[in-house]
Amino acid sequence: MTPTDSLSRASSRRAGRRSLAGTLERVLPRLVVAPSLAVALFFVYGYMLWTFILSLTGSRMLPQYNFVGLEQYARLFANERWHVAATNLVVFGGLFIAICLVLGLALAIFLDQRIRQEGALRTIYLYPMALSLIVTGVVWRWLLNPSLGIEALVQSWGFENFRFDWLVDPDMAIYTLVIAAVWQASGFVMALFLAGLRGIDDSLFKAAALDGASLPRVYWRIVLPCLRPVVFSAVMILAHIAIKSFDLVMALTGGGPGYATDLPATFMYAHTFTRGQIGLGSASAIMMLCGVLAILIPYLYSELRERKHG
Amino acid sequence: MKPLYTLAAGAALAAAVTQANAAEIEVLHWWTSGGEAKAANLLKQKLEAKGHTWKDFAVAGGGGDSAMTVLKSRAISGNPPAVAQIKGPLIQEWGEMGFLGNIDKVAREENWDSFLPPELSAYDKVDGHYAAVPVNIHRINWLWANPEVLEKSGIDSLPKTWDEFFADAKKIRDAGFVPLAHGGQPWQDATVFEVVLMGVGGADFYRKAFVDLDPEALTSDTMVKALKTFKKLRGAMDPDIAGRDWNIATSMVISGKAAMQIMGDWAKGEFTAAGMTPSEDYLCEAAPMTEHMFSYNVDSFAMFKVDDKGKQQAQMDLAGLILSKDFQTTFNKAKGSIPVRMDVPLDDFDACAKSSREAFDAAQAQGGLVPSLAHGMAVSASVQGAVFDVITNFFNDPDMPAEKAAERLASAVRAAG
Repeated sequence: MTPTDSLSRASSRRAGRRSLAGTLERVLPRLVVAPSLAVALFFVYGYMLWTFILSLTGSRMLPQYNFVGLEQYARLFANERWHVAATNLVVFGGLFIAICLVLGLALAIFLDQRIRQEGALRTIYLYPMALSLIVTGVVWRWLLNPSLGIEALVQSWGFENFRFDWLVDPDMAIYTLVIAAVWQASGFVMALFLAGLRGIDDSLFKAAALDGASLPRVYWRIVLPCLRPVVFSAVMILAHIAIKSFDLVMALTGGGPGYATDLPATFMYAHTFTRGQIGLGSASAIMMLCGVLAILIPYLYSELRERKHG
Repeated sequence: MKPLYTLAAGAALAAAVTQANAAEIEVLHWWTSGGEAKAANLLKQKLEAKGHTWKDFAVAGGGGDSAMTVLKSRAISGNPPAVAQIKGPLIQEWGEMGFLGNIDKVAREENWDSFLPPELSAYDKVDGHYAAVPVNIHRINWLWANPEVLEKSGIDSLPKTWDEFFADAKKIRDAGFVPLAHGGQPWQDATVFEVVLMGVGGADFYRKAFVDLDPEALTSDTMVKALKTFKKLRGAMDPDIAGRDWNIATSMVISGKAAMQIMGDWAKGEFTAAGMTPSEDYLCEAAPMTEHMFSYNVDSFAMFKVDDKGKQQAQMDLAGLILSKDFQTTFNKAKGSIPVRMDVPLDDFDACAKSSREAFDAAQAQGGLVPSLAHGMAVSASVQGAVFDVITNFFNDPDMPAEKAAERLASAVRAAG
């Protein structure tokens, strides 16, 4: 056996080991991702499909497979309460997202002015996010209760004519949900924006200042466009909070007065689980999904496409 | 020595027999608040004295709504508990889907038909066979009142008609109290409405509208009149009713902030907990115009189909225990209801319970016994929900005319049915 022989054998052995490692390297990520992918496919998309199938059946208390076509959707759109719930979602979701974005951005910009005790302030604003929505709901229910909370307090200060009875007013109750939800989430949006602001190079500000741009103009023309990805994430997060809002409604208004503050999620829960109308409830769940897709797909599409080009 | 030996052998044999028939049964219930939980625990101890094991499956909240949700998911997964607290027409629905077992054996042995009112035991039978066991009878059409507040308002007896009620309400309001305590939750709105409907329309009309769901009755002038009376009650309440729990409303009566409340007799538990004595510190009388009527809410335990002989025995033993005289007495005293067994004496019950039994007997004799819609005894959950929606929306919408509400009621019931 010549030295070259053993050398080449050793190198070929090493090559074999390397190709094994190479295969492993290629396969491992897929192997690791596969279980969660399978779980997601089954539990998310599988159940979406099942819900869709159920929405085409006459299921009542338990799932049954007597197909009735689109009858459940017809019943859904003939249902007064569904219209209230859908309108409420538009009002609540729209206001909630808009106010959170504006307030969060404003707070972030003010906090970004290198003020003292920034860490403490940031924690204070961020803290509501640490509470569960149930707690938020209960606290605001007490605050907004006319005979216990803010109205009673201000009246006891001597302003006898002060009225703040939105919680018990069917026309205004939906806005109390906005108040509580904004209180909870705007600090979080602030943190997102703050992180975005910190990522902007200081030299941009200096360059703009050299060019004689005023501070508001700098923010409007330079900083905001830079924050676009942050706005994107914030809208995504807020939109899903708005659409799945259930616990807040349950704790704050219980859907009342009457069903004035019903949202599609509470509608779906009530009909599917407590009223034994699984078919109708599934139809409403599918409509929620369609609503989400109708808003998110165009937004995702435009955002992601532009980012690829830019 | 020999007798002792036989005794020991006998005991061993008995133990062996119980062993053979002993089983663990899972019991789903929503008896989670103070007195109820104590009663459930008592039942558990008695069942375990018979050698069985009670696997507790308590689901709190929503007057049983949460428990029903859990039950459905367990049933879908093919693993329902052996025993579940279900009530009213829901028992039939479960029975028709083939989920329930048959406990005729114990019913025959203990002769249930001899002491259960047939109007109520009908709920527990599927195709003529007992599949469930009733526990108690709650009366819904009660008017609870604080006599001190009434006295301060210059009223010496509780109103017997709605006209009297509104006249009294004005006096109470002038004296600076809230005439009627209420919580603005759909089921509470529906509770008050059904009591008004019973009074305004009478028992036969109530049954036609809320049991048979006759569209003509639902849109009739009587219904419109009941709706108008109901809406007028809004003026007798304080403005902040939205979302208030029933027991908070009761505490307004207890603390003397409000004069009266319309609520089922579980409200008695709140008065008792506040250390008050019936007919002295608080009054319980039939709601206006419903003196000889009784709208009932009966809790039942349904027995699910099980193959194991031991479990079947345990189900029957539990059913027997629930209807045993001493459990009926202890439990119903804690719960505020009256025993479902007509042969249990009410001697050591309070005045309200005694008057409830009298009202039950009178109503039974005169055909004034009606199932409560608000408490799931009259119609399926989907129809009940549809009625709740219309009632609560009408009550909270100052601009909706009663005629329109009646139309909506009929169409919502049709759509849900």
